Amino acid sequence: MPQIDQVLETFSSQLFWLAVFFGITYFLVGRGMVPKVMGTVELRDKQIADDLAAAKAARNAADTQEEEWRLRENENRAEAQALVAEAKTKAAASSEAKLSEAQARLDAKLAEAEAQIEAARASAMTEIENVAADAARDIVARLAGADISEAAAKAAVKEAMVDA
Amino acid sequence: MAAEEGKVDPMKQFQIEPIFGSENWEIAGFSIAFTNSALWMAVTVILLVAFVYGGMRRELVPGRWQMAVETMTGFIDNMLEANIGKEGRKYVPYIFSLFMFILFGNLLGLLPIGLVGLHPFTFTSHFTITGVLALMSFSIVLIVGFWKHGIGFFGLFVPHGTPVLMTPLLFVIELFSFLIRPISLALRLFVAMMAGHVLLKILATFVIDSLNAGPLLGATVGPAALILMIAISALEILVAGIQAYVFALLSSLYINDAENLH
Repeated sequence: MPQIDQVLETFSSQLFWLAVFFGITYFLVGRGMVPKVMGTVELRDKQIADDLAAAKAARNAADTQEEEWRLRENENRAEAQALVAEAKTKAAASSEAKLSEAQARLDAKLAEAEAQIEAARASAMTEIENVAADAARDIVARLAGADISEAAAKAAVKEAMVDA
Repeated sequence: MAAEEGKVDPMKQFQIEPIFGSENWEIAGFSIAFTNSALWMAVTVILLVAFVYGGMRRELVPGRWQMAVETMTGFIDNMLEANIGKEGRKYVPYIFSLFMFILFGNLLGLLPIGLVGLHPFTFTSHFTITGVLALMSFSIVLIVGFWKHGIGFFGLFVPHGTPVLMTPLLFVIELFSFLIRPISLALRLFVAMMAGHVLLKILATFVIDSLNAGPLLGATVGPAALILMIAISALEILVAGIQAYVFALLSSLYINDAENLH
């Protein structure tokens, strides 16, 4: 086989060119380029890790803020409910006061009106009695020709109206 | 293995020939002729530089090429970290160069450019080349081992829990298996590459000879040999990758011995 037959005449050139080309491979590719490629990979891994950490921190911050907001919100809600309840009781009290005042006014008006009606009725009754007494005097004068006094007529009318 | 006239010599593909009229180049009496072997090493280096250079765009979101290069460096990095540990990372340049140099050399030797009259040459099918590569890995093991552990590196040859009586015997056995490592490392790659190429050439001979021998043989043996050849070509591509991987893996395992003893 040529590997053995030619070994004496070719070994030096094989070694020399292997040294040259493997040397180029090692120093240019292995030492020069590979660390840069791996540096890129490392940089990317680091960036991804950093981004993940930043996202995690942001999420945690958002969570705490939400928690704070919720606490504040609950406080505000309780405050608002207290305000509403207070306003409700105030409004109820004031409306009750107004209602009772109005009731009192109405009661007074009613009593006044009743009194007026009573007075009107009394005066009307007196009027009727007077008219009736006049009519009775007239009738008596025409029928019997007797002239009776006004007081007698009134007494008679009153008696008759009470009986009626 | 001299071939008869008119026959295909399956060993001719391993012949080293000076090219560009360089047969008389020499340094201190040693020939440094620029041979077909050197030419294919040059092609390997050029393609390897081009390949890795394409992966140096340093983009945050890698393209396909950059991804391919980063996959290769990541593969070597992971292998070293798994076998050696954190301190294994400093060997990435060496193991990466070794792996890619062998892988590209193996694959380029399989190129079917014989169809256009060129002759691919697989420099990894020469033990002068694989031997030097293996000796390089072995030297690193020795240098790192004695640098880090001094004389304690010999403790590598005495496994834990060895009875005192057995220590000398085991020491000799372990030392022998240690010293044979560069030889087995070099032979494994050289033999695997040579065997595959010889097998392909022999099958090619079957195709040609059966066609020449007559219509009956030409219709039976010829196509069968051709199909087998195609299948073995696929297998050889696999072997090219596996042998490069094995070489790099064993180198890193041996370096692990030097770094961490047991």
